[in-house]
Amino acid sequence: MFDQLSDRLQATLSDVRSRGKLSESDVDAAMREIRLALLEADVNFKVVKSFTKTLKERCLGADVMGSLDPGQQVVKIVNEELTGLMGGVGSELAFANSGPTVILMAGLQGSGKTTACAKLARYLRENGKKDVALAACDVYRPAAVDQLVTVGGRVGAHVYEKGTDADPVEIAAWALDQAKAERRDVLIVDTAGRLHVDTDLMEELARIRKRIQPHDVLLVVDAMTGQDAVGVAESFAEAAEFDGVVMSKLDGDARGGAALSVKAVTGKPILFASTGEKLEAFDRFHPDRMASRILGMGDVLSLIEKAEQQIDEKQALDLEQKLRRNQFTLEDMLQQMRQVRKMGPLSGILGMLPGMGAMKQLKNADVDESQLDPVEAIILSMTPEERANPAIIKGSRRKRIANGSGVRPQNVNQLIKQFDQMRKLMRHVASGKAPDQQQLASMMGGAPRPKVRRR
Amino acid sequence: MVERLEHEVESGAVAADGEAVQARLIELLAEVAGTARAPIDLTGEPAVLLMVGVNGTGKTTTIGKIAWHLSKELGLSVILAAGDTYRAAAAEQLAEWANRAGAELVRSEEGADPGAVAFDAVEAARSRGADVVIVDTAGRLHTQDNLMDELAKVRRVIGKQLPGAPHETLLSIDATTGQNGLRQAKVFAEAVEVDGVVLTKLDGTAKGGIVLAIADELQIPVKLIGTGETLEDLRPFDPTDFANALLSGG
Repeated sequence: MFDQLSDRLQATLSDVRSRGKLSESDVDAAMREIRLALLEADVNFKVVKSFTKTLKERCLGADVMGSLDPGQQVVKIVNEELTGLMGGVGSELAFANSGPTVILMAGLQGSGKTTACAKLARYLRENGKKDVALAACDVYRPAAVDQLVTVGGRVGAHVYEKGTDADPVEIAAWALDQAKAERRDVLIVDTAGRLHVDTDLMEELARIRKRIQPHDVLLVVDAMTGQDAVGVAESFAEAAEFDGVVMSKLDGDARGGAALSVKAVTGKPILFASTGEKLEAFDRFHPDRMASRILGMGDVLSLIEKAEQQIDEKQALDLEQKLRRNQFTLEDMLQQMRQVRKMGPLSGILGMLPGMGAMKQLKNADVDESQLDPVEAIILSMTPEERANPAIIKGSRRKRIANGSGVRPQNVNQLIKQFDQMRKLMRHVASGKAPDQQQLASMMGGAPRPKVRRR
Repeated sequence: MVERLEHEVESGAVAADGEAVQARLIELLAEVAGTARAPIDLTGEPAVLLMVGVNGTGKTTTIGKIAWHLSKELGLSVILAAGDTYRAAAAEQLAEWANRAGAELVRSEEGADPGAVAFDAVEAARSRGADVVIVDTAGRLHTQDNLMDELAKVRRVIGKQLPGAPHETLLSIDATTGQNGLRQAKVFAEAVEVDGVVLTKLDGTAKGGIVLAIADELQIPVKLIGTGETLEDLRPFDPTDFANALLSGG
């Protein structure tokens, strides 16, 4: 995410940090680097200009130059300003006091509206326990209604649709009536993609807005949009008066221009970010966390949140008990693996750790999770008895398991051996003794090693 | 390029007045954008076109437009392959375009192997003697290696069914894309040997200047431009018109 920008800013700042004292020309040089980095990242030039101006003023302030550690102060200021540029503290959706909360989605063609609708519906269901319905008002793009019905079904949201012959304004109004009658908590209205210069369609959007009086209007913006992002956002601000932005396709190698410019130009915050193909890859956008990530300071908060969401506390307690009594079985190992994988791609998790960005070998590493699949398959091919007591796995059982999971008998042996070592190690830990270094090393060496591929 | 223009003005080859400089600049821009119109290769029997690109850049719409031109204006028989088996209702969307263009559609269920769909489509075209096969693919971000590998496989599978195919691999790029577009083109070109770019959504305020960088650095010409929602809104790319548009207006 924003790799290039991140690299350049980090390089500039580490140079600043390494100096004991900062002269005005040092600050000037750093500002020039930051300006170039932002411009190269497609950040709107006006935004860059005012950003670096404020930054410079603050950096040259007496409290910075006179401080014991001016370099550190500059880093702190850049972090704060970057956070401010993206919207300061995380903003929230507005919810209705009574009746359904209506959210209208708008954007250019192909920015990812329909997908964002489904992802947002899923997000609100999971995190707010809301009963969410969708309204299919894209009557222009072929099969857009089908798409919404399908993805809506996947996330468990009811979809109000009237095919493609009705007027979008009428569909929206009708869907709102339905949502009221059926006492839905939230109604998300999908609209057709439209170019901001297409006056007819922009007027239609304004009419939908007027008719259904949404509580929130969200503009979906492709993170890879270049300088044009600003023009688009301005036109949509006029026609739809949107309240917030959903940044889509943030998992690509977007340079960050759109994300960094939109708030400054329109004054509207980025509320959500979409970061992957799967419907779960959607989350609140936190400017402060994003700024830390860009500056290579990691995002431990998001990591903890993710872990909390996925890991069941009771299960964790059970596991601890089992570990203490040395009753850890292959079944438990399987559960553990699944929980970690539920947190999303391992490469994404690595990106949230502080300092990981600076580690060269991890930079372009692609953690191949499919390496974990055979392990899962092997365990799944075992009987419950075998999972609890792998010692009974001998010749014919081993052969059966290997056949069942499509691996060779040696692989089954390997897994059991690793598991035994792991258990031994845990016994040490549980008994309070420090694990034998050698044992630890052999276990690590024997573990299924993620395939690291360099690009 | 700016250096070259400066040099030409200084050496007196180009008169030092605003109009002449602008005219020369347009010439130079057009030169970078592509020397001549790059045709689409339809000599294969059947000719196989593979459409690739990032999510939401307009692949399916472009295919619909190409199919319409080939079938209604050139009278060719066209088969469309619904190779986007990932996105919900992508095949339905293509079916609608096939219907409008009077083309046949080869599809499979959602989640099916896109290579298999492409294979079947080319096979169908060969047995029925169709002129052109256009293979749609799921949008994918160029940063996702596994999806890029899948795309390379689709290309290989097509080549296996019909040696020499696909005859034309087109990459769709959204005109609003920024500097990132160059990277997209590079990675897609590495995976599937892109023959040409389709620059879509040129009807907005975006000018698609990024294709200059793509043509210059990767030698991939722009072949088609998409300028609107209707079937007729697809045109061959004209470098001079493009250079003019790039410089005109805000």
